[in-house]
Amino acid sequence: MKKKLVLIGNGMAGINTLEQLLKLAPEKYDITVLGSEPHPNYNRILLSSVLAGDASVQDIVINDLDWYRDNGITLHTSQTVTRINTELRTVTTNKGLSVSYDDLIIATGSLPFMLPLPGADKEGVIAFRNIEDCEIMMDAAKQYKHAVVIGGGLLGLEAARSLLNLDMGVSVVHNSKYLMDRQLDEIASNMLRSELESQGMNFLMEQNTDSILGDERVTGVRFKDGSEVKADLVVMAVGIRPNVGLAKESGIEVNSGIVVNDYLETGTPHIYAVGECAEHEGVVYGLVAPLFEQGGELAKRLAGIPSPGYKGSVVSTKLKVSGVNVFSAGQFLDQPGTRSFRIQDDFDHVYKKIVVQDGKLIGTVLFGDTSDGSKLFSMIRTGQDISGQEKELVLGSQGTAKPQSGIQFVAAMSNDEIVCGCNGVSKGDIQRAIEEKGCTNVNDVKYCTKATGSCGGCKPLVEDLLTYVLGSDGVTEVKEGICGCTPLGREAVVEAIRSMKLTTSKEVMHVLDWKNPEGCSKCRPAVNYYLGMIWPVEHEDEKESRFVNERNHGNIQKDGTYSVIPRIHGGVTTAKDLKRIADVAVKFNVETVKITGAQRIGLYGIQKEDLPKVWEELDMTSGFAYGKSLRAVKTCVGSTWCRFGTQDSMSMGIELEKRLERISTPAKTKVAVSGCPRNCAEATIKDLGVVAIDGGWEIYVGGNGGTDVRAAELLVKLKSEAEVIEWTLAYFQLYRENANYNERTSKWIERVGLEFIKRALASQEERRALQQRYEFSAGLTSDPWTEIIEQERLNKNYEPLQPIRM
Amino acid sequence: MKSYVIGQASEIEEKRARVVRILDTEIAIFKLTGGELRAIENLCPHKNGKLSEGLVCDHHVYCPLHDWKINLNDGMVQAPDEGCVKSYHVEVEESTDNIILHVETMEPTRAS
Repeated sequence: MKKKLVLIGNGMAGINTLEQLLKLAPEKYDITVLGSEPHPNYNRILLSSVLAGDASVQDIVINDLDWYRDNGITLHTSQTVTRINTELRTVTTNKGLSVSYDDLIIATGSLPFMLPLPGADKEGVIAFRNIEDCEIMMDAAKQYKHAVVIGGGLLGLEAARSLLNLDMGVSVVHNSKYLMDRQLDEIASNMLRSELESQGMNFLMEQNTDSILGDERVTGVRFKDGSEVKADLVVMAVGIRPNVGLAKESGIEVNSGIVVNDYLETGTPHIYAVGECAEHEGVVYGLVAPLFEQGGELAKRLAGIPSPGYKGSVVSTKLKVSGVNVFSAGQFLDQPGTRSFRIQDDFDHVYKKIVVQDGKLIGTVLFGDTSDGSKLFSMIRTGQDISGQEKELVLGSQGTAKPQSGIQFVAAMSNDEIVCGCNGVSKGDIQRAIEEKGCTNVNDVKYCTKATGSCGGCKPLVEDLLTYVLGSDGVTEVKEGICGCTPLGREAVVEAIRSMKLTTSKEVMHVLDWKNPEGCSKCRPAVNYYLGMIWPVEHEDEKESRFVNERNHGNIQKDGTYSVIPRIHGGVTTAKDLKRIADVAVKFNVETVKITGAQRIGLYGIQKEDLPKVWEELDMTSGFAYGKSLRAVKTCVGSTWCRFGTQDSMSMGIELEKRLERISTPAKTKVAVSGCPRNCAEATIKDLGVVAIDGGWEIYVGGNGGTDVRAAELLVKLKSEAEVIEWTLAYFQLYRENANYNERTSKWIERVGLEFIKRALASQEERRALQQRYEFSAGLTSDPWTEIIEQERLNKNYEPLQPIRM
Repeated sequence: MKSYVIGQASEIEEKRARVVRILDTEIAIFKLTGGELRAIENLCPHKNGKLSEGLVCDHHVYCPLHDWKINLNDGMVQAPDEGCVKSYHVEVEESTDNIILHVETMEPTRAS
């Protein structure tokens, strides 16, 4: 029988422990995880990227729900453990759940430290610690302008930068004279401050907060010297404290954190603690790398693998703020017995300092150029003798010293030393990937091991390791190609297709020297699209390069069945068509009939072999609800029925859908037409939206209602319906010719800029030329459902082979 | 081990697959460029995606549900994902173009 392992805390430290344990002893435990947040495990260090809009909450999830399921882990979210019964070996949650354990890990992390100020409980006063805090900040930024961040440390500055990105005015309050005074020396701190000031941050230094002002919601902050600052949002980022309440109440030994030995064992048998809630040798760590080192040791302990145990961590700090590179590690302040070497370059805003004691590197501060950070950090950790090379270490990367040092350095690293702290990848893991899996560049290594996949700080070390193992000739250059099969980007591929008149994927991949002769699932559909866009006549569409949905002309659903959605132009249908759809649904026992998000009717749960029969009986054309092409044109009822309608949006929508349907676009496209500025068809979150105004039409472009909601921008105001058609077709052809495969118009417009599109469509001559190219290509398309019903050869692919009877 | 004729090779297009059912197991028969056939169970170990609907590149197929890459020669899932799909021995009899699939005797896995 398996032993029962319970983990309290669904954060980075605890889950990393489980990940490492599963690698060492996958079958040993039945594992249950109890987390108080409603989310699966996510990367807390990247919360500032979520706030900055660089990542969504989904993007920072490390282990999604499937991971728990796939590894047989029972996860209970939104459950806060309130009691550990160390006698009966059970834990109980606030919702009455009780789970028994053989071994228990406490990984409750830390809580933000909230200054006990008068008024700190007002609305709009928050910490910066979890996804909920992020959401509050993003909401506040929509309504309010003035943010105050209390705390000029790492977390405070990252929060402040994110609030700037959200277009709020930000003041940072700090009680000392220097920002990040725990991580930086005076010089670096001052350089940081002036850089952040130039980005628009306001600093209130050497200020102590007295109270938070306001009635229900915060209106300002008052300081001890009597001065005040206006605030609609106050973020406290003054530090964290280990979350030890549960352990304490349960009788487990606690100092400032839960006291653990070198094996992460608490004073109570069968109970372990790891991460920010744990205290080892009097130290509580609040950074991610030490947590992973602890997790590794605890995993070994639980798996029963002997090890010398955890010996504490040397920590490094890196600021994740755009345009500012700051790194520090170890003991970086000058003290009796230490010597330091520093260079300060006020022209290029670079500062580097190393601190040496007894011939060994013990600390460093880097500002402006942090490329040597991970190398220096590892030297601090290994404690190797650097006598005689001190200057070289700092000057090395500027080319004045021998470039060999980095490679000599990685050569000296031990195999189990962690190179990528974010993903816990050791030197040995990377070396094996290079030697055994044939990795020859950083991308390969990332693909094989995940190293460099998160913050990217270890990239220089990985590069040095590659050179060390393969020699400088063996390392291949990484270029950002359209996929791993080629270093060429879209422009180069499209240019080659045009200039060399390549008309098949095979030719493209052969002539352009693809790494995999038949490409991969990324480039095959892309190349097929580019060929069809450039050579609409000469290129024969390659069905085998189409994604399943486009090949089978229905969306594959999670159980392998398909959905069928017929075309309903402009969302306008007839009683006769409705009746026929209903008849087909009854005849084929359709499980779900659903009005889709785009005003159409979907039949769900159709077997692949039934698709042609369903289409035939429907006797309607394909709605392309699966394609990288126009999905639908949504309309309101417009002037036909609506008392506010100024134009006939239904007939405009039907006309547009007929003109736009079937043809391939780089990504799916959606259009809507509203009959008046009330915009009931929600035209301003579509790839192209037409809004009727009194006496004319407005065209909006680049909107999106999907994951990245984006409001469309006004492209042009027009008088006649003919002009609307001309501009619409020209716009879609421009998109077809310019965008990367799989790039939605909203992303394309952000990349090329609305001005580019306005300029390209400005002259009527150019618009007509684009329109003609569009209509030429569109004229070559036909309805795929009809085609398949009529052609025996195509039809056959929908049927299984004769079943075997045993 | 038994051998069955399950159809003709001309019934499958290059870089495509057809499915054959034995009891409640589905086996996907792939035709690689050049005409060689491969057979694996039609079930991605990740989320049971139908591999027969995936893109075929050389001797690999990409699962249509979440893009896992599977080697058709041995059924091994390619890094960074892990796992294995059951593979079967399949060949074409040149004179007749018959597809011959070799399978062990199977029992129904579900009660019917």
